[in-house]
Amino acid sequence: MTELLGVPAPVLFGQLLLGLINGSFYALLSLGLAVIFGMLNVINFAHGALYMTGAFVAWFLLNYLGIGYWPALILAPLVVGAFGIVLEKTMLSRLYKLDHLYGLLLTFGLALIIEGLFRNAYGVSGQPYPIPSALQGGQNLGFMFLPTYRGWVVVASIIVCFGTWFLVERTRFGAYLRAAVENQELVRAFGINVPLLMTLAYGFAVALAGFAGVLAAPIYQVNPLMGQDLIIVVFAIVVIGGLGSILGSIVTGLGIGVVEGLTKTFYPEASATVVFLIMAIVLALRPHGLFGRPRA
Amino acid sequence: MKLGKMAACAAAFSLAAGAAQAELSDDVVKIGVLNDQSGLYTDLAGPGSVEAARMAVEDFGGTVNGKAIEILSADHQNKPDVGSNIVREWIDVEGVDVVVDVPTSSVALAVQQVTSEKDTAFLVNGAATTRLTNEDCAATGVHYTYDTYSLAIGTGKAIVEEGGDSWFFITADYAFGHSLEEDTSNVIKENGGEVLGAVRHPLSSSDFSSYLLQAQGSGAKVIGLANAGSDTTNAIKQANEFGIVQGGQSLAALLMFITDVDSLGLDVAKGLKLTTGFYWDQNDDTRAFADRFSERMNGQRPTMVHAGVYSSVMHYLKAVAETNDDGGKAAVDQMKKMPVNDFFAQDAEIRADGRMVHDMYLVEVKDPSESSGKWDYYNVLRTIPGDAAYQPLSESRCPLVN
Repeated sequence: MTELLGVPAPVLFGQLLLGLINGSFYALLSLGLAVIFGMLNVINFAHGALYMTGAFVAWFLLNYLGIGYWPALILAPLVVGAFGIVLEKTMLSRLYKLDHLYGLLLTFGLALIIEGLFRNAYGVSGQPYPIPSALQGGQNLGFMFLPTYRGWVVVASIIVCFGTWFLVERTRFGAYLRAAVENQELVRAFGINVPLLMTLAYGFAVALAGFAGVLAAPIYQVNPLMGQDLIIVVFAIVVIGGLGSILGSIVTGLGIGVVEGLTKTFYPEASATVVFLIMAIVLALRPHGLFGRPRA
Repeated sequence: MKLGKMAACAAAFSLAAGAAQAELSDDVVKIGVLNDQSGLYTDLAGPGSVEAARMAVEDFGGTVNGKAIEILSADHQNKPDVGSNIVREWIDVEGVDVVVDVPTSSVALAVQQVTSEKDTAFLVNGAATTRLTNEDCAATGVHYTYDTYSLAIGTGKAIVEEGGDSWFFITADYAFGHSLEEDTSNVIKENGGEVLGAVRHPLSSSDFSSYLLQAQGSGAKVIGLANAGSDTTNAIKQANEFGIVQGGQSLAALLMFITDVDSLGLDVAKGLKLTTGFYWDQNDDTRAFADRFSERMNGQRPTMVHAGVYSSVMHYLKAVAETNDDGGKAAVDQMKKMPVNDFFAQDAEIRADGRMVHDMYLVEVKDPSESSGKWDYYNVLRTIPGDAAYQPLSESRCPLVN
């Protein structure tokens, strides 16, 4: 058996692939955060709670209405997105003119409230959500057994991530958004409804979190703490990628997933810490992140 | 006459002084329930343990020798520094007389140091490490519900005897996981099995695929999960996804609570063998407790930790009533003198090292077709008598024993 770095090659390939799968979740979530920070200048601490809400909405749909995975994949992000729009309209929009800190405090508080409510109602042990029948089973790739569902997660999240990148960077809507970020007054003067644009951007970004939540539901237990476990890592990824950089957050998300996977092979005890180590190094060498640029 | 009066006064003083030593401090007995109230161990202990303590106090009559009993509770967030700070404040400022529960072995070890130093009783229910009755034992501590040794003897031995003789561990990287892995490894080796390897994961991980893949690659017959709470349930769920069991390996959940089984669902959990100190559906007494408990806890059935908290608080109050002394060592010494007889344990005793020795049960999770509904989850395979379930006192590394 060929060995790479003292580890059998098949094991290494397996870990790389698993890293990519976890990275897909990171990418989806950090992408949403990057959009929100880039467009709204808000550090959205509620992102993890909204990801968890997405998973719970899928669970509600299944258990109370009998609506399965595929419709939930569309419906749950819509519900979470709508909820996000309400949050933005009623609360967040009042804070744009203030320091970042206020948005952070508000969303942090919201996260605690949302998670607390779910924890109170459903405990922390989590609820089971089955893998949809079409995606059960798996393929033997020779070097590892790949559950079909995990393969689907990678494909789905890469499509959505690059779809979002395309939307923001290559369409007219995206151009308006970017213009509004650069100079609100001027864009307004052209007759474009900037507050509406902001609301839609927030709704869309949290819908991405809801989407990630539905993707995660069959893999993890649907658990009120699932967002909390992930959000800190995702923030580190956004910082590494460069705050507000969309492509940066996608690439970094996938990359960190892979690095974490490798750490789990070589020194698993450090797998929860490695992200922050990388963050510290990147901040020391490139304070604006790998893909970021200094903001005016 | 004058001299006589003075002598009488002196006698009265010394009597009063003598009595003061054996009195209830501040005219109140304060019980502090410390556990995880927001993280991954909330359901197995958490608010349920507070409620169980409250039930014990109510059943005891609400007062001990005419003095009030109060209950405090706090969240230690699974952090040893947070836990020991709360306990320090409880004892110094609030005058807490007994600390109860404290899951998460690393926190329990930290608390044991504080309570031992400040002569406060400590009834451990949620934590599992055998260090609490060995290197880190204390005259003020009682380890009540279960420990890693009894889990290893129950589940580990049963699986080796069935032919599962090569193991790979997926271990939570802190005091509890290490202790459970070590105790189980010893049992495996004593029974002729071998341990092929182990991987340590940080507490509260969500993705286990990487570790499962390493376990799969090891070729071991049994993958031992030396973790707890949602770490265990996520590992089992993902093992299912990766076809571990279909591939011919079996899973051993070395510590699993009924709330974990409930969360996984019987479809995923069926056939798992596990060791527990209590199952609510054993007899009329256990069912009666469970019914009362679940009425107060939104239908949740008690875990072994909840039952242990009730039983240990009750036993503590009986001891305090007997001696009228809520000093830590005095109360625990009296607890050691009295056998425990209730729905949780019969003719059980607390040993010199602080270990409460009672029967444990090896159970198997039911197939969905056998279960009559929610919480009907276990078939009791056998009772492990207390003497066999716990580390013999002769092997104890506790200085109090020698």
